[in-house]
Amino acid sequence: MGIMQNPGQIPEFQNQDEYFKEEMSNRGYVLAHLDDVIAWARSGSLWPMTFGLACCAVEMMQAAAARYDMDRFGMLFRPSPRQSDLMIVAGTLTNKMAPALRRVYDQMPDPKWVISMGSCANGGGYYHYSYSVVRGCDQVVPVDVYVPGCPPTAEALLYGVMQLQKKIRRTTRFKR
Amino acid sequence: MLEFLEVIKSSYPDLKYEKVGEINSVSLKDSEEILPFLAFLKNSANLRFTLLTDLFAADFPDRKKRFEIVYNLLSLEYNARLIVKFHIADGEEVPSIHSLFSAAGWYEREAFDMYGVVFSDSLDLRRILTDYGFVGHPLRKDFPLTGHLQVKYDESLQKVVYVPVDLDQNYRSFDFMSPWQGPNYVLPGDEKADVKEGKKG
Repeated sequence: MGIMQNPGQIPEFQNQDEYFKEEMSNRGYVLAHLDDVIAWARSGSLWPMTFGLACCAVEMMQAAAARYDMDRFGMLFRPSPRQSDLMIVAGTLTNKMAPALRRVYDQMPDPKWVISMGSCANGGGYYHYSYSVVRGCDQVVPVDVYVPGCPPTAEALLYGVMQLQKKIRRTTRFKR
Repeated sequence: MLEFLEVIKSSYPDLKYEKVGEINSVSLKDSEEILPFLAFLKNSANLRFTLLTDLFAADFPDRKKRFEIVYNLLSLEYNARLIVKFHIADGEEVPSIHSLFSAAGWYEREAFDMYGVVFSDSLDLRRILTDYGFVGHPLRKDFPLTGHLQVKYDESLQKVVYVPVDLDQNYRSFDFMSPWQGPNYVLPGDEKADVKEGKKG
């Protein structure tokens, strides 16, 4: 008693809510992997840092607005890096902007993730050979998900966000 | 419509007048004339070119006086536009017109930033668009496309540093006429197109 023999196995239920209802009414508690709970919480409340640099930012706004509605994923755009755990680099990163981008990234609390949105942020894009543009924002910050497109549609960005959620759910571990 | 041009011509008969599309342009002989000429355009009751819509430069490296400085003026009162321009050599200074048009400040900074044209007695001649500590003037024709420096994050220094440009990817050559790159046969579906156009190389 008290030790779950096989915590990975969850009995078949129609959906999550039903499972919780059943468990709570029968036992009064729910057992789960702490890892999974933390990953679930983290991936379900990604607060992106608003970092619109160019036209991609308009698509990012579109993804956040009524039609695609990022709020559904618990994503609220924050104006401050200190409250964010995701940075969406949306647009052309110039040499002049690079130190500012890195500073903002450094100000974000751990754990933090970066989505590189659009050709310019991915690899310089149209401005790859320019004297003033960083050839990919991964020169400056570590990137988790690259969203291709020029600019990517709001759907594409949303798909990138969902890929990131998947990644978070898979990789969250305690530091040992 | 051309009345205002007659007014200018009567005062300055020996300037070079031409028409660029719909807009008249006046070429001055050298940069020293610009201040009195613009003051005349602005203050004359029959002209009233009170708005400086743009000021920029252009680079013609083959010419002896390689930079062309262009002033775009608008007369709100008479609904007229005028382009004033002159040429200067590299290193030659241009009188600043900020005393006449306060809008010129940022335009002059931009021309300085992009072409290295120095405006004498300018209020604040700093770079305006390029990076802090940028080397060179990017819109000069002899400026290399990729510039001299690029940025990257240095893990050991924990900050963004400048390093010499190192392209991971070569320049692309879109020479479709070359037999090595363009196909020499008619592409499927192109049979109905003009045969001369269809065959390449």
